[in-house]
Amino acid sequence: MTIAGSIDSPSPSTASEPAIEAVPGALSHSRARRVGTLVGFGIGVLLLWEAVKWLGGVPWRFKDVFGTGLTIDYSPPFRFPFATDLNLPHWFNILGALAAPVQRNAHQSLGEFLVGAALYTWREAAIGFVAGALLGLVLATVFVHSRLLERAFVPYVIASQTIPIVALAPMIVYAFGPNVTSVVVIATYLTFFPVTIAMIRGLRAPDPRALELMRSYAAGRWATYRKVRLPASLPYLFTALKIAATASIVGAIIGEGPGGIPEGLGRAIINFNQQYISGPEKLWAAILVSSLLGISFFVVIRAAELVVLRGRPGAAEG
Amino acid sequence: MVRPGGPAVEPAEHAGPGPASPGAAALVVRISGVDKTFVSDGARVTTALQGIDLDIRRGEFVSLIGPSGCGKSTLLRLIGDLVAPTAGRVTINDKPAARARRDREYGIVFQAPVLFDWRSVEDNVKLPLELMGYNAAQRTARAREMLELVELGEFLRHHPYQLSGGMQQRVAIARALCFEPSILLMDEPFGALDEMTRERMNQEVLRIWERTGITVVFVTHSIPEAVFLSSRVVVMSARPGRITDIVEVDLPRPRDVETREQRRYFELVTAVREALRRGGADSHEADAIEAGSGLAGGSIDRAAAEGGIG
Repeated sequence: MTIAGSIDSPSPSTASEPAIEAVPGALSHSRARRVGTLVGFGIGVLLLWEAVKWLGGVPWRFKDVFGTGLTIDYSPPFRFPFATDLNLPHWFNILGALAAPVQRNAHQSLGEFLVGAALYTWREAAIGFVAGALLGLVLATVFVHSRLLERAFVPYVIASQTIPIVALAPMIVYAFGPNVTSVVVIATYLTFFPVTIAMIRGLRAPDPRALELMRSYAAGRWATYRKVRLPASLPYLFTALKIAATASIVGAIIGEGPGGIPEGLGRAIINFNQQYISGPEKLWAAILVSSLLGISFFVVIRAAELVVLRGRPGAAEG
Repeated sequence: MVRPGGPAVEPAEHAGPGPASPGAAALVVRISGVDKTFVSDGARVTTALQGIDLDIRRGEFVSLIGPSGCGKSTLLRLIGDLVAPTAGRVTINDKPAARARRDREYGIVFQAPVLFDWRSVEDNVKLPLELMGYNAAQRTARAREMLELVELGEFLRHHPYQLSGGMQQRVAIARALCFEPSILLMDEPFGALDEMTRERMNQEVLRIWERTGITVVFVTHSIPEAVFLSSRVVVMSARPGRITDIVEVDLPRPRDVETREQRRYFELVTAVREALRRGGADSHEADAIEAGSGLAGGSIDRAAAEGGIG
């Protein structure tokens, strides 16, 4: 019975020539292309947006074009119900709303207000993110070392995520009170799951023979965990953390409603939703800032990933 | 400059050609009456090894050869306390295998190098030293010494994936030797390499063996490799796995490319091949599965023929 030798090495060990170095010029070139693609695609989306309004928006009139006395009347050939100025404001009007005062006679612009709200929400989300990541790491560590506990509790971990967060959020607020703690708990709740699932996989990622080697060095569980399991799991951890980063923002924004937190993006979104008829651009602006917040958090985790996983094959991808 | 071999090894003992004289050489490995059965699916019992007796002297180079499923890897893992025997005893330097493992007497090299991508070549070799409480200066000194030994001194800072398969396997050998184990267990270490690299690695491993005087147990299914490297070739057969023959290899040392062209070398290759065939024939009456075993023996013969020409 030959047990060993049937599973392949986890490393892409087929490089026939040593010392494959990346060419620095080629790298920055590909980076420039990526940025170019991103910007180009963004411009494309904005053009498409306006093209939709041009085709099926509402009629408009441009009086006295640049002081020439000419007046342009435009009537789109179609009428798309989703493309009215109420349902789909011009994107430049959304940007304009960001610069305008948040309320009549207010000194603060909508943009300033939303950035302040975003930073407040981010603080809640970040605390929940850290707590959820730690909880996920601890749970996965326990499950990987105990088949019994894994079989007993993983179904509950999965079941926990089938409860709609809008139903659970008020119950968490009943339990912890209408305060920041409740919001953090909700963010934690959405964060721990991807980390737990990914880390159960990641901590089992090492080649079985790597674990046998550790056994032959008479290494204990803790040493094996620290030197082999944990480092091997880091690519899995960062994949989960990137999901968790955006999930924690969503959790915090949702939690701020029932949690009764007035300072964050959640309350702003609820308010601007109620005021939609009088100023649709404000809700669009709030959505824009929320998504920028999620993207920023994602990018921060991605940057950390690049630092932590530098030197590993494939670290630059993903 | 190279460490003086395993504990209490006399240089004369491993420098001399052929097996050391029986009385003078201490036994490193003692395997007596070992059986190993595996239970799969709750009920199905597979007898992997039956009635294994084998002694290995200090400084010997012993190969285990046999068809797939003959239990040669399992036997290696029993020696290394990676699996426990169902019956019988395995002792290393008069200690039970489990105790020997805790005393870090084993260096192990698998077919895959099993290096860690997140560590540089040097740090991969340092890993066992970190676990065994060597200080930073000792770790660096030993890792570099071992990487010089396998001729990878210039690749300290590289990562494993930047090296070729043969180089990766040399890193694995350096890692296995850096903490001065008393026995080196190699499980088809060059099975994944091309024929030319494999012959180069055979030469390399002999050079390391001669310089360190370490006891080596080497699993292979290549007859030429086993004959070229070994002091003794242990021939095994399958279902149940058992030792059918032991071929003493009396080729002079040091061995090199010309060894592979000597008449005596071909005679020994033939002797091992015939021992393998006899082992296959013996078990023919045991059950119908032997058709499969016979095929495995055939493929070994083919491999041997190809290797013999090259």
